[in-house]
Amino acid sequence: MDVNQAAAPAKRLSFQFADLEQQRQSATLGMWVFLVTEILFFGGLFAGYMVYRGLYPQAWAEASRALLFKYGTINTGVLICSSLTMALAVHAAQVGRHKRIALFLLLTIALGTVFLGIKAVEYTDEYHEHHIPQLDFRFEGADPVHSQIFFGFYFVMTGIHALHLTIGLAIAAVLAWLAWKGHYTPEYYNPIENFGLYWHFIDVIWIFLYPLLYLVAHRGYAG
Amino acid sequence: MSEHVVPVRTYYVIWAVLMVFTAVTAGLSFYDLGRLSIVVALLIAGFKAGLVGLYFMHIKYSDPVNRVAAIAGVVFVAILLALTSADFFTRMWFFRAP
Amino acid sequence: MHTQTSIDTREHYLNEQLGIKSWLLTTDHKRIGLLYLLGITFFFFIGGFYALLIRLELLTPPGDLVSADTYNKLFTMHGITMVWWFLIPSIPGVLGNFLVPMMVGAKDMAFPKINLASFYLWLLSGVMLIYAMLNGGMETGWTFYTPLSTGYTGGNVILVGLAIFVNGFSSIFTGLNFIVTVHRMRAPGLTWSRLPLFIWSNYATALIMILATPVLAITILLVAVERVWQVGIFDPRYGGDPLLFQHLFWFYSHPAVYIMILPSMGVISEVVPCFARKRVFGYKAVAAASVGIAMVGFLVWAHHMFVAGMSVYAALVFSLLSYLVAVPSAIKVFNWTATLYKGSVSYETPMLYALGFIGLFTIGGLTGLFLAALGLDVHVTDTYFVVAHFHYIMVGGAVMGYMAGIHFWWPKISGRMYPEGWAKLAALITFIGFNLTFFPQFVLGYLGMPRRYWAYPEEFQILHVLSSAGASILGVGYVLPLIYMAWSIRYGPAAGANPWRAAGLEWQSPSPPPTHNFEPDSGPVVREAYNYAEIDAEVPVGR
Repeated sequence: MDVNQAAAPAKRLSFQFADLEQQRQSATLGMWVFLVTEILFFGGLFAGYMVYRGLYPQAWAEASRALLFKYGTINTGVLICSSLTMALAVHAAQVGRHKRIALFLLLTIALGTVFLGIKAVEYTDEYHEHHIPQLDFRFEGADPVHSQIFFGFYFVMTGIHALHLTIGLAIAAVLAWLAWKGHYTPEYYNPIENFGLYWHFIDVIWIFLYPLLYLVAHRGYAG
Repeated sequence: MSEHVVPVRTYYVIWAVLMVFTAVTAGLSFYDLGRLSIVVALLIAGFKAGLVGLYFMHIKYSDPVNRVAAIAGVVFVAILLALTSADFFTRMWFFRAP
Repeated sequence: MHTQTSIDTREHYLNEQLGIKSWLLTTDHKRIGLLYLLGITFFFFIGGFYALLIRLELLTPPGDLVSADTYNKLFTMHGITMVWWFLIPSIPGVLGNFLVPMMVGAKDMAFPKINLASFYLWLLSGVMLIYAMLNGGMETGWTFYTPLSTGYTGGNVILVGLAIFVNGFSSIFTGLNFIVTVHRMRAPGLTWSRLPLFIWSNYATALIMILATPVLAITILLVAVERVWQVGIFDPRYGGDPLLFQHLFWFYSHPAVYIMILPSMGVISEVVPCFARKRVFGYKAVAAASVGIAMVGFLVWAHHMFVAGMSVYAALVFSLLSYLVAVPSAIKVFNWTATLYKGSVSYETPMLYALGFIGLFTIGGLTGLFLAALGLDVHVTDTYFVVAHFHYIMVGGAVMGYMAGIHFWWPKISGRMYPEGWAKLAALITFIGFNLTFFPQFVLGYLGMPRRYWAYPEEFQILHVLSSAGASILGVGYVLPLIYMAWSIRYGPAAGANPWRAAGLEWQSPSPPPTHNFEPDSGPVVREAYNYAEIDAEVPVGR
């Protein structure tokens, strides 16, 4: 077992805290409070989505059916896997295996990149299908005006989600590098734990986006 | 209160459950459940999110205040959705065609 | 108690490090508070300048000072500047930052660097706002209603929106710091029920900042998306509903008004017991009321939309909830009054402002109930009645509370006393000027004068002239403290650690405090807050 020989824990204690435990609890609470702001941020989008789905259910169902169901489903699986690798990265930090932290973070980054790649494929397809609002938009359906709004929500919701994910990839890369160099020990690994919270949150948002965007209409005989 | 080390096995079990329920929710979408479909889909999503929160995000093992924060976030989104619905879905309530 | 040596020779947070870099890169919450003080004072006078032009235009019935479009820009920029660049950051940014760590016995906030980031985000947003102003401003009203803001107006909507977006992050960072600091960094023995009510108020405010501001952020983002992309989210031309914007906007903006008033209430809860020499009546009720206002404040937003086309059934629900939210505020007013009863009351400047707050906030709050009544709201909504209502709360309430707090803690912040005579005079001028400005506006509104109108029928002129006259007097009342406070920094007498013989951990440290607040630490807390009876027994009256 390669227990790392990183800097003594006392050096990590900021002056305003009495001890490392108070610092750890404060950092974690701080990240949770930040995540609450993210929940409310996406919440506004869910509110708008709910209103229009409730008012124009058929437009919503027809537009949703046009999305690439297979890719959306695979992406859901991809993110769940990335949450696993992230949890394993935190575990590695807790048991002092600092190179493993980096390894699992890199796996997480890889999976996150796959997610973005698949989304790029989907967006390209949507472009070719003329489903991007106001960009030569064409839709064969009962209510193309409100189907266009569905696509608006689709792009804004998945776009903002993808932006958060991309920012996460950048942070993960930095943390992976620092972890490799032995920055984190079982006494001090707050950034890994708290980045993990952020990453899992991105997964949770997608867990809701997937059924709301891709599963509106049943696919019994439409495929 | 020092942090609890969750055994790796637990993570793998949770991961497997999440993958299974992803398949379930995808599979259920092939059936016409009518107005139930959104309810079922959101219940499954909520269950999955709960697992991610409790085990991956360590809510089960950490200070209650973090739990309160997470719940508060959800509650206030629910308030936003509920009271906004109260407007949109009761307009002309008595006068709408059946 | 610490022996007070000369302010210039003892080391404290103002002189321990000198030079512009030590200020611009500071992570000391006290210095950050002072940076905010400079910043928000600057923007207060910018907002005041717009108000001056508005009141000048309204001296005469025809629109003759500025064009209609310009007038729209004036009231828009006045509102935006005052709300986001003065009221929201004022007490939390200045007094909250300075006092929260001290009041809980900590050496600094939980996240000092995030605190500095909060200030710089605010400053950046201010630069963006000024750029937008110079670039021609915005004329939609501070409320940005769609589809005007998304499809029918040119100009700087996205720029101003972006400035507010960045400003919102400043708010969020401040709120985050308050919450974590209060939860995690209290001194040993400082249980929740021993916390000063200023902490309870700022904590409740922080909860609102965290929960509400992100919804504003997404709303602004959607307005930008709509402007650029015309998706149709808010625009009926493309299938959208403008009321969705209003719901999302007011979900934030109603709780935002509690962000603006709660910290002021916290100040009053500190000042009144000190100058009545009596503990606050019903401490637990006041603490619970703070959190109650924050929570119930999230349930009432659509009372801003009663005549916008919303469901009348939902309107009934929101009307009832709006009556409920008045209850915790009323509890506070009753308890402050009960604190005064049989207290040993003295009338130093902080107390004058606090008493002004209690009266004027009550008038503002009661007129809110008029507006919450559906039938009456149809008559007075979008008139000067509303304008008077919210200025009674925001200026008569929040700004007076801010002034009370600045005067109360000035000795702690600067180590010096301000000149009491001039301060009392300024408080009196402010009170008179305020009422002369805004009371006529209740009458104007009730008689039918709409808000945001730049020309009006002859019969309203006398009331407008009274209001404008009042505004000039009010202006004097605000300029005076600028002068005498600045004067006191250099020439004011040394204040000593606790010139008011007040309760609270911050008064146990010298004035100005050392950089890490307490040397070596605050020590454990063993008593309840507001132990004035004990303090007066220990130290003979008349120091």
